Amino acid sequence: MIILQIFAFSAAMLLGILVVFSHDPLRQTIVNGVFGLALVVLFVVLQAPDVALSELVVGTVAFPLVLLATIARTKDTERPQ
Amino acid sequence: MSRRQRLVLFSVTGCGLGGFVLWGLHGLPAFGNYAGAYGRLFNSVGKSERHVSNIVGGIVFDFRGFDTLGEEFILFSSVMGVSFILRSSSAVKDQSPLDAVSSDATRVVGALMVPVTVILGLWLAAFGYVTPGGGFQGGVAIASAFALLWIATSYRSYRKLTPPDVLDAVEGAGAASYVVVGLIGLALDGAYLSNFLPLGSAGTLASGGSIGLLNWASALEVAAANVLLYREFFQEYIQTFPEAQRGRG
Repeated sequence: MIILQIFAFSAAMLLGILVVFSHDPLRQTIVNGVFGLALVVLFVVLQAPDVALSELVVGTVAFPLVLLATIARTKDTERPQ
Repeated sequence: MSRRQRLVLFSVTGCGLGGFVLWGLHGLPAFGNYAGAYGRLFNSVGKSERHVSNIVGGIVFDFRGFDTLGEEFILFSSVMGVSFILRSSSAVKDQSPLDAVSSDATRVVGALMVPVTVILGLWLAAFGYVTPGGGFQGGVAIASAFALLWIATSYRSYRKLTPPDVLDAVEGAGAASYVVVGLIGLALDGAYLSNFLPLGSAGTLASGGSIGLLNWASALEVAAANVLLYREFFQEYIQTFPEAQRGRG
């Protein structure tokens, strides 16, 4: 159990740092989805299944979808004319 | 400000902030050592007083049901705000964008996953107070099925299956029925959101009294709100696609 907890905490920490260090918003969205999945694992390991389910449905579906649509829509206007 | 000055400023403030964080962490209770009184109280009385086997569900929809009402309306008003801002750009009424799914795997697996996700969402919502889950999680899962529908088929079929008039009505009905269940509790029991139905036996669907009603009310509201939200964002996204030729599509 302790090994699982150490693994889950380290995965969440590493992926969180990766999210901050990815510069391309598109890549950042995908890495953020993986970070969300790491949080799901962490919540399950800490025996909080309700929170894990919330994080699962919001962090891996709703949030990335909204972000991806926004990135696709704003990409063209960001370029200098 | 030069790079050097920024670095100096950062290292001074960074050390200060880091020191404060470490100082704060020092006084925390040990890992896994829970010192609060509320959690233990809910765990000990939740099942006997409300007949729910998922205490979290009992807290969300009964003991702290009023907080959930606030959360419902946070979602309600934010989706309303998104619709208000994005729906005005409705210049894409009869569009037929070239967004055909090119991968057979995406089409087949996506289409297969739609009913699976709907059933998962309904199960999460229905058994919210028996096993982990609840109206919120179930609602978002049902909305994800609609998003999958767009990914597996096309924007046009998604658009056809999500008429905003119906969704607005469902979302409003979900939010309103939460308020109404609270008012019935007020009329019958003298306290807003008071549990007024027979409690049933814990571990079955017929348990928790009016927790079930509130659970379904929030499932309806959350599902409709998320589908509406996706609808507005997809509409923005689809404008980046080229249009099909007139007369062919």
